[in-house]
Amino acid sequence: MKRTIPLFISAVTGFVLICTAFIPKFVDWGNDAMAWFNILAAFAFILGGGNLLKMQLQKISAQQPGWGYSAVTLIAFFITLIVGLLKVGVHPNINFPEYAWSGDYLAEGSTFWWLFEYIFYPLSATMFALLAFYISSAAFRAFRAKNTEATILLLIAVIVLLGRTYAGVWLTSWLPNEPILGNSGITYSDFHLSHLSEIIMDDFTTPGMRAITIGIALGVASTSLKVLLGVDRSYLGSDQEA
Amino acid sequence: MKQSTLIWTLLMVFGGLGLLSIQIFRSQGAIYVREVPVEAQASQPESPEQVYRWSKYQQVPATEKGEPGVSFSLSRTIGLWVAAFCTLAIFSFLYGDNPLYKFTESVFVGVSAGYAMVVAFWTEIVTNLFAKLLPGLARISFFPDMEEGAQVSWLYLVPLVLSVLLLWRLAPKGNWIARWPLAFFIGATAGIRLISYLEADFVGQIQNTIMPFIVFDSKGSFLWIESLRNSIVIVGVLSCMVYFFFSIEHEGIVKYISRLGVWFLMVTFGASFAYTVMGRIALLSGRLNFLFNDWLGI
Repeated sequence: MKRTIPLFISAVTGFVLICTAFIPKFVDWGNDAMAWFNILAAFAFILGGGNLLKMQLQKISAQQPGWGYSAVTLIAFFITLIVGLLKVGVHPNINFPEYAWSGDYLAEGSTFWWLFEYIFYPLSATMFALLAFYISSAAFRAFRAKNTEATILLLIAVIVLLGRTYAGVWLTSWLPNEPILGNSGITYSDFHLSHLSEIIMDDFTTPGMRAITIGIALGVASTSLKVLLGVDRSYLGSDQEA
Repeated sequence: MKQSTLIWTLLMVFGGLGLLSIQIFRSQGAIYVREVPVEAQASQPESPEQVYRWSKYQQVPATEKGEPGVSFSLSRTIGLWVAAFCTLAIFSFLYGDNPLYKFTESVFVGVSAGYAMVVAFWTEIVTNLFAKLLPGLARISFFPDMEEGAQVSWLYLVPLVLSVLLLWRLAPKGNWIARWPLAFFIGATAGIRLISYLEADFVGQIQNTIMPFIVFDSKGSFLWIESLRNSIVIVGVLSCMVYFFFSIEHEGIVKYISRLGVWFLMVTFGASFAYTVMGRIALLSGRLNFLFNDWLGI
């Protein structure tokens, strides 16, 4: 029961959803399954929150090093949760003012909006912006024109980087708009870094991306089939876990 | 405390105090809002006739601060300073792991988890589950615009039961039961992905690659640039696919074709790297723009 029922559930759900693509009669079933999937995903966030709570409380109760930061996490978590669930500072919907809860939970001026605008967004944007330094420093250390492949990678990265910024315009703006080799239709200005960057993106990057995408699609399809047919059961964990 | 740490700490503290005093002196870093009065009448016929009034506030540029109806917003000004503090605290990681960074990192974890839960609650649990199982109650509490007399969708008891089973995972005993909703989750993901990836990525990409090697215009003249571009794409895709074909030995002609494929892949990786760097730099410039423009007003 611990392993057979989950295998049955996953196979039935998966094949019903596959059938919706081929049999019009199953479309409603597919829509229902998608709605259930979304609801379950929302509950998975609650599970995640519960897990966070459990781990941080364990850390605090054991007074592990850095337990103070766990307390900060919990305080931030509860404040966000309470103001968001209670819609603190949210005015009702203008069309239904007698219903106190009818306003949008993210309405401008509400406390939850304040938390998003002045804490969540700046923190997440800065976290990702910080990667600019590390990605550049890693590239500076790792990029070496050791062989043909590495040289191509380096050269293309430089051309695309320069071509998509003002530096590219500034460096190659002197190239005249005159034809090369008579009526070939190619001019010197075609070698502007911005233009080269466009050619690379359109004609040389497309084949690579296409091949990778085809590979990913085949990988996803085969993995999905393995899961649905019960060949891959790794998501069930081991029996000892239960 | 190490000498270098002391020097950096002092520099940061004095720098912060300097910024604070400059901002106060120049009266920068403040947000002004315009009050917009809102008046609404009860919408439902059964409700008593009553007029509801409240105010909304719209942010305006600091240049409009003397105008009628425009006032200083303490909450948004505090928010601006908190956002600036958060930005600088995260950037302080460039110097090294420090308590300021750890503090904001912890705040970020807590706020993110809370934010995700709140969004999931209002967009899915209330809108799609509560409103389907208890439409009458949902109508008089959260969704007054809901159709009156909406029927209960008993089918939604299934996701409710599955969700309860999923939360069972947190219980000390019998948490294997959480495998059932997990299996539904995995099965649904596999079913959706199988079709969508095969349709959009596999068939779609092959379809896009089937194009003429030699291109002529409507008058019958040979278009050599278009022909060359098509040929590059076709040869590129095929050579990359040959490289990914590991079931045969990469020897002889296959070796040369797969080498060409590697070159195409290197071009792709180089361009993708450049794009990733540019994306991060754009985010960085956005944060610097916030600090210098919105906060410091320089």
